[in-house]
Amino acid sequence: MQTMYTEEQEQFREVVARFLRVKSTAGDVRQLMASSEGYDVAVWRQLCGEVGLAGTHIPEEYGGAGFGPVELGIVSEEMGRYLYCGPFFASSVMAGYALLNGATESYKSAILPDIASGAKIATLVLDNLNNPGEVGAALKATKEHVVSGIASIVVDAHIADLLIVAASTPDGLGLYLVNAGSEGLSITPQEALDPTRKLSRVSLSEVRAERIGWLTESLLNQTWDQICSVLAHEMIGGAQHLFESTLEYTKVRVQFGRPIGSFQALKHRCADLLMELEFAKAAIHHAAFCLAASEGEPYVASMAKAMASDTYMEAARAGVQLRGGIGFTWEEDTHLWYKRAKSSEVFMGSAHMHRERMMTMIERASGHDTGEQP
Amino acid sequence: MNHDEIRKEVSDWLDANWSADRALIEWRNILLEGGWAAPNWPEDCFGRGYDAEQAAVVSDVFAEKGAVGAAQVGPRRLAAETILVHGSDDQKKRYLPPILTGEHAWCQLFSEPGSGSDLAGASTKAELLDGQWIINGQKVWNTSAHHADFGILVARTDWDLPKHQGLSYFLINMRQPGVEARPLKQMNGHASFNEVFMTDAIVPAEDLMGGEGNGWAIATTTLSIERQGFARGRTPTVSRTAEEGPIYQEFAAELEIANEPYTWYPQREGRVDLVLPRAKETGAIKDPAVRQEIARLICLSSGARLAAASAAAQRKSGSNEVIPAGSIGKLGASIIARQAAHVHTMISGSDAMLSGQESAAKGMIAETLISVPAISIAGGTDEIQRNIISERVLGMPKEQRSDTGPFRDIKRNVT
Repeated sequence: MQTMYTEEQEQFREVVARFLRVKSTAGDVRQLMASSEGYDVAVWRQLCGEVGLAGTHIPEEYGGAGFGPVELGIVSEEMGRYLYCGPFFASSVMAGYALLNGATESYKSAILPDIASGAKIATLVLDNLNNPGEVGAALKATKEHVVSGIASIVVDAHIADLLIVAASTPDGLGLYLVNAGSEGLSITPQEALDPTRKLSRVSLSEVRAERIGWLTESLLNQTWDQICSVLAHEMIGGAQHLFESTLEYTKVRVQFGRPIGSFQALKHRCADLLMELEFAKAAIHHAAFCLAASEGEPYVASMAKAMASDTYMEAARAGVQLRGGIGFTWEEDTHLWYKRAKSSEVFMGSAHMHRERMMTMIERASGHDTGEQP
Repeated sequence: MNHDEIRKEVSDWLDANWSADRALIEWRNILLEGGWAAPNWPEDCFGRGYDAEQAAVVSDVFAEKGAVGAAQVGPRRLAAETILVHGSDDQKKRYLPPILTGEHAWCQLFSEPGSGSDLAGASTKAELLDGQWIINGQKVWNTSAHHADFGILVARTDWDLPKHQGLSYFLINMRQPGVEARPLKQMNGHASFNEVFMTDAIVPAEDLMGGEGNGWAIATTTLSIERQGFARGRTPTVSRTAEEGPIYQEFAAELEIANEPYTWYPQREGRVDLVLPRAKETGAIKDPAVRQEIARLICLSSGARLAAASAAAQRKSGSNEVIPAGSIGKLGASIIARQAAHVHTMISGSDAMLSGQESAAKGMIAETLISVPAISIAGGTDEIQRNIISERVLGMPKEQRSDTGPFRDIKRNVT
């Protein structure tokens, strides 16, 4: 199992960062968050085509680059840093992982190449984004693959060509393919707290779907883990941006005749934040290394997401607070990341849920050990 | 020399010389003459100039044969390695051999009641009178000072210079009427440290080290050796029993004195290892609030461990990136210890009101609860670590100083 990035991976990060630095400026983000589409088609095409990122973790046999959770984490960390607005997370990460884990071979071959090339945008429709244990309560499918129910929050459904729907059946959680425009499917854009990630309500009323596979409990949890690992990377990227920009501000902003960064109250807060960031970053990278090698503690993804939730918000709070009044204005960019932090904090499970999930896994790993002394 | 050659040479030498029936000091003198007491020291200074790996080969062979090595535990190591760097030939010749043989124990006399975090604000006075230094003042936090024969001392020789420049470094005999070491009882009942009172104590002129006014630079060497020691962990233990030879009994006694101040150190770190077993044993693991706090603790301690490992890996690979591992790790240890004590308290509930052998984990939980405050103070307080992180790592502007100019004019504690 790797414990640090290779030179190639660092170079890959630089390629991604160089692209996003130019194509996802704060000005771009502001423009896209005000639009209804929420992404720049030309940039998305470039990102899929020239840079080839949409299929980062998709095996080469399905048209992807054949990398794994580590490289996907690198891409996401940079996207989080530059607050990239586009369907990467919904299509490649969420739908991509659900398909890789749950779809049958023929559906993988049929769908994944279009996701990897960016020819089609997909999204994963889950009726619960809080807890994997609660997925399937609202979306149901009949034996004849007729799907009904509501998913109140679906990322980028408004631009998706393909909806990968997890719906419960008497035989378990099925994975269904629903094409955009299907009869009985209605997609209503929701007003999102974080306008850089577009959300919709997806309602299915007796929609005729294709069943493309199953998400057993363990596959659902595996999918959840993989998505959380990537999400945590995106979050730590954003947290680092906030930290760096805030630190820079404290060095130039002058009050009482001196830079505010010379006051211990601010220095100590920054030192604490750096520590929290370093610990979270190490745990998040560790999660990707573990997932890539199928090794390590069973709870690494939940640990990563729990730490990401807390740390990103801490960085966001400090980002606003240390700037004072200007930090609370619309004109200043901090709130863009603050809203992403707040929204990501609870997306795919809050820190509380993940800590409880960790404990369940720890107890399960210790098996029949009830703690009784011999 | 390659490792095999070293292994053979030390092995042959031990076969010819080592005997568990000798008295400890007698054996260590043989060791010293044979050049095996400190193989990593320079050849002209009782050593062989070995690097760390070569010296480790020597230690391994000693361990395999059950041979006792030079005395190295406790503050004597700080003294020895500082003298090695800054001492005169005469000082090295007089002081280093009895340190290696264990005849002389040492202590460190740096902190004062009036200068804790601000070590360079020391106000213990050293005056040159008739060719010898007269010392007056008080030191504190002096581990093992009540057993020490000598001390490394930082004292002020010039009150008109700025604070860092007026300090000098002395080697002081602790066995004299002007020096009194009193154990300092801590809030957890242990007495790991002393206060040392010096009243017209005498240091011969030749025991000023490194020249007058160079005390701060030399103290920095000692502190850096001390920090490396923190990273290297605790002292060795005796693996053989007294039945296998009388020397082991003497060695065990030496180690017991040296290790005694540290018996509660695992408790000041919060005893993270006891959290899950205690939670299971008491059933507190079923409490959702406790589960949250345990998971928080696991996140913290895993994050700290992984961040340290990643920093070490990057250092090893020669990365130029600034890795602020030291102070961050120190700060992390404080926060982990506090969180662990918090969780232990939740797990124990009202049983946390008890202490002693009959209480939870043979008193270790109680000792933990009243020992963790030490970790965020010892070796540089959390607040000092945060200053270091923010100024040296993050490059934030320094606080304006009000301690420049002649030391005499700087505001100090009233003693």
